[in-house]
Amino acid sequence: MANQDVDITVQRGDVHAIVGENGAGKSTLMKILYGMLKPDEGQIFVDGEERSFHSPADAIAVGIGMVHQHFMLADNLTVLENVVLGDEPRKGLGLDFGKARARIKEISDAYGLDVDPDVLVEDLGVGDRQRVEILKVLYRGARTLILDEPTAVLVPQEVDELFENLRGLKSEGVTVIFISHKLDEVLAVADEITVIRRGTTVATVKPGEVTARDLAELMVGSELPTPETRQSTVTDRVVLQVDGLGVRTPDGRDVLDDISFTIHSGEVVGIAGVEGNGQAELVEAVMGMRPLATGTVALNGVDITHESTRDRRDAGIGYIPEDRQRQGLLLEAPLWENRILGHQTQEPNVNGPWIDRKGARQDTKRIVEAFDVRTPSIEVTASSLSGGNQQKLIVGREMSGDPTVLIAAHPTRGVDVGAQAAIWDQLRAARASGLAVLLISADLDELIGMSDTLKVILRGRLVADVDPARVTPEELGSAMTGAGSSEED
Amino acid sequence: MAARFELRRIGLALAAPLLAVAFAALLTSIVLLIAGDSPSGALTTLVDAAKRPRIQVQILNLATLYYLSAIAVAIGFRMNLFNIGVDGQYRLAALLAAEVGGVISLPAPLHVTVILLTAIAVGAAWAGIAGLLKVTRGVSEVISTIMLNTIATALGAWLLTEHFSVPVAGSNNIGTKPIAASGQVPGISLIPDAHKSKVFGLIFLAVIAGVGYSVLLNRTRFGFDLRATGRSETAAVASGVNVKRMVLITMLLSGAVAGLVGMPQLLGASYSYSLDFPTGIGFTGIAIALLGRNNPIGIALGALLWGFLDASSVALDLEGISKEIVVIMQGTIVLSVVIAYELVRRYGIAQEQRRVSRDLSAGAPAGEPEGAPA
Repeated sequence: MANQDVDITVQRGDVHAIVGENGAGKSTLMKILYGMLKPDEGQIFVDGEERSFHSPADAIAVGIGMVHQHFMLADNLTVLENVVLGDEPRKGLGLDFGKARARIKEISDAYGLDVDPDVLVEDLGVGDRQRVEILKVLYRGARTLILDEPTAVLVPQEVDELFENLRGLKSEGVTVIFISHKLDEVLAVADEITVIRRGTTVATVKPGEVTARDLAELMVGSELPTPETRQSTVTDRVVLQVDGLGVRTPDGRDVLDDISFTIHSGEVVGIAGVEGNGQAELVEAVMGMRPLATGTVALNGVDITHESTRDRRDAGIGYIPEDRQRQGLLLEAPLWENRILGHQTQEPNVNGPWIDRKGARQDTKRIVEAFDVRTPSIEVTASSLSGGNQQKLIVGREMSGDPTVLIAAHPTRGVDVGAQAAIWDQLRAARASGLAVLLISADLDELIGMSDTLKVILRGRLVADVDPARVTPEELGSAMTGAGSSEED
Repeated sequence: MAARFELRRIGLALAAPLLAVAFAALLTSIVLLIAGDSPSGALTTLVDAAKRPRIQVQILNLATLYYLSAIAVAIGFRMNLFNIGVDGQYRLAALLAAEVGGVISLPAPLHVTVILLTAIAVGAAWAGIAGLLKVTRGVSEVISTIMLNTIATALGAWLLTEHFSVPVAGSNNIGTKPIAASGQVPGISLIPDAHKSKVFGLIFLAVIAGVGYSVLLNRTRFGFDLRATGRSETAAVASGVNVKRMVLITMLLSGAVAGLVGMPQLLGASYSYSLDFPTGIGFTGIAIALLGRNNPIGIALGALLWGFLDASSVALDLEGISKEIVVIMQGTIVLSVVIAYELVRRYGIAQEQRRVSRDLSAGAPAGEPEGAPA
C-alpha cells in the first residue's frame, strides 16, 4: 500500500500544505481525497460529515476539486470548452456558451486569473494552463481545492501571483490543500504543514515554528542540497554552436528569432525564461525535431543542421525532454525497454539490427542502482513509478554512453530534494569531465547555481546575458518578464 | 520478482479474451433462447461437427487464411495504423498473382515463388498508396484504405472480365487461366481419416508469418521503433524515430503480408481467381487481431476459434438452428473483447502502481519509528 495511518485535519479557509519526497504517497493521498482511488481503511470527514467517494464526481459534489500535476486539458478545445466539459450549461437541447463565458469571466476577474475563454488551449503556456485548471475547478463550485505541485512549472513572479490568488481564495472561505516539495514556498503560503514520509504522516507543524531545514529533515532525514557549482571547468573547445537560429509557426509567426550561442566542453549554458517564450522550440530545434527557418547548428565543428534526430543522438547528444511522460517515456513499456528508447542504435541496447535484451536489462539495473531509481523490478512499466523516479531513470539513461552534449530541459522538475541533489551531482561530475550542457529550467536557483553562462529568453529572442555568480533570483525573474531593462553586459 | 510480474501480466492478458468469449456466449444464449432454440444444443452441435475430420481440415484451412490476414492487420495495429484495407489488398494481390501464375510456366519451386512474390508486391503496393497519402498529404489511413477497398473491387472486376477471364468449364463462372501443376502447392494429409480433403500446403506460410512477426517486433531495432511509435508518437520522435518513414514501411509490410492471404486458397484449392474466390477475409482479420491482442499466439487461437465457428456452423442448419447465430457470436466477441481489454488494461495499470508502491514501502529500511507500520 502507498499510504497507511494517514491523519490530516484541514481547517476551512486554510491553506494546508502537504510535503514529502517523491513516492512518499502525496499523490496517492490526493487521489483518495478526490475519489480517484478508494482507501482500504479509514474515514474521510467533510464539514464533520463522514463521506465516501466512489469517483471524482462524488468529491466534486461535496465541493472538493483537484488541479493535477499533469494538466488534464484537451489541447484542441478552447478554454471555454475545456471548462464546461462534463458540466455543460444547457439551454433546451443546445448549449448555453454565452452564460458559461460570462461566468468564466466573472470567476477570472474575481480571483485575478486573467483567463481568456476563447483561446485554444494548445496556444497557451504552462502557467496559463494551470490557471485554466484552477478556474475549471472553481467553475464546478469547489470550496476545497487540491493543488498537486502547482508551482513546479512556474517562475517566481508567477508563483507570487499564484500565492496571491490562493490568498484571495482563502479570504473567500475556500480551503486549499497544497502539495509540494518546495519548502520555501510551503513556508511562505501555508497556514499549516503536514509532512509525509513513506506513506504515512510524520508531523503537522505551523510554518512559524519550523525552518526549511527542519522540514527537509522531517521529509528525508538528510541535509538540504544546494546546486552550487562554482569552480569553473569551462574549456575553450567549442562543442555546440548555434548560429542565427530561427523557427517559425506554419502561419509564418516567429517563434525563435536569431538565436546564437556557443557551449564549450565543460560548460553549462542556462536559458532562463518564463515558460512559453520559445524554450521548448529551441530544444526541439537543436534536437532536429523541428525544422529551422534560418540558422545553423554545429556539433564539434561539424554542421548538423540537416541531420536527423537519430543522427544527432548518435553523434553524442543526450536529451532530457521537457515533458517526460509524453516525450521521455513509453509509459506502458517496462523500464528496460525505456532504457532503449532514444538509444536504439547504441550499445549495450542493440547488437546490429537486433535488440540486445540482456545487455539492455543489465544496463537498466546499473542505472536503477546508480541513480537510485526506486522500483521493485526493471520489469514494471514506467507508469507505475512516481514522477521523480521516472525522471531519475531518464536522467540516468541520457547520461549513459558518455554524451558530449546534454540538452536538459527541466532535469529536476517534480523531483524531490534527495534526487535533485543526486542529479545535480551527476551533472557536475559529467561537466567536470567535459560534458557540455544546455540547461533549460524554471527553477531559478538551479539555473543560477548550475550555469556557467546564463542567458534570458523572451518572446523567442535571447535578450540578455546574466552573470550567474552575481545575479539574484529576483533580478533574474524580472529580467525574464522583460520588466526592468537587463542590467548586465 | 521479475517472474512474478511476468506471470501477472500473462494472467491479465488471458483474462480479457476469456471474459469476452464468456460474455459473448451469454449473449448468444439469450438470442438462442429468444429464437426458441436450446443454447446447449447449439453448442453440442458445433462441437460434434468439429469432431469430424473433414471439418477439422476446414477449420485449419480457414484459420490459415484468417491468421495471415490478422497478422497483416496486427502489424499496423502495433503502431496505431489501422489498415482496414487488407481485404482489397489480398483480393487484388490474389487476382494478379493468379493471372501471372496462369500465364507463365516455370519449374515447380520457381513458379510458386514468382506467384508468391507477385502477391506480396501487389499487396504492398496497394497498401503503399495509403501509406504515401498519409505521409505526404496527411490523409488518414482509415479513410484511404476503405476507399482503396472499393477501388480494388472495381479494378479487380474490370481486369477479370475485360482482360483475364476464361470461362470455367461447366458453369457460368469466369476466372483467370488455371495455374499449371508446377505452380500448385499440394495439400498435406495432416488429419487422419479426412479422406480426400487435405490441409493447405501453404499453412507453413502462416507459421512463418507468425514467427517472423514475433521476431521482427520483439527482437529487432526496427520492431522497437515500430512499437515505440505505436505507444507514444511524441516519445518516438524524441528518441529519433523518423515517423513518416515508419508509417510508409509499416504500411508496405502490412500490405505484403496481406498479399499472401489468398495464396493458400489459390495455390492449394482454387488454382484460379474466379468470381467465387473468398471475400471479406480482410475484415475477419481485423476482428481476430483485436481478439488475439496483436499477439502471434493469441491471433492463432483467435483464428482457430473463428475457423471452428465458421466451419462447424454448417451443422447448425441441419439441426434447424439458423447458422447466422455464429455471426452474432463473432460480433459480440469482438465488441466485448474491445471493452474487456480496456477494463483489464486499466485494472492492470492501477494494480501495478499499487504493487510497486507497496513493494517499495515494504522494502523500506527499518528503524524509523515514524515510517514503520504499526
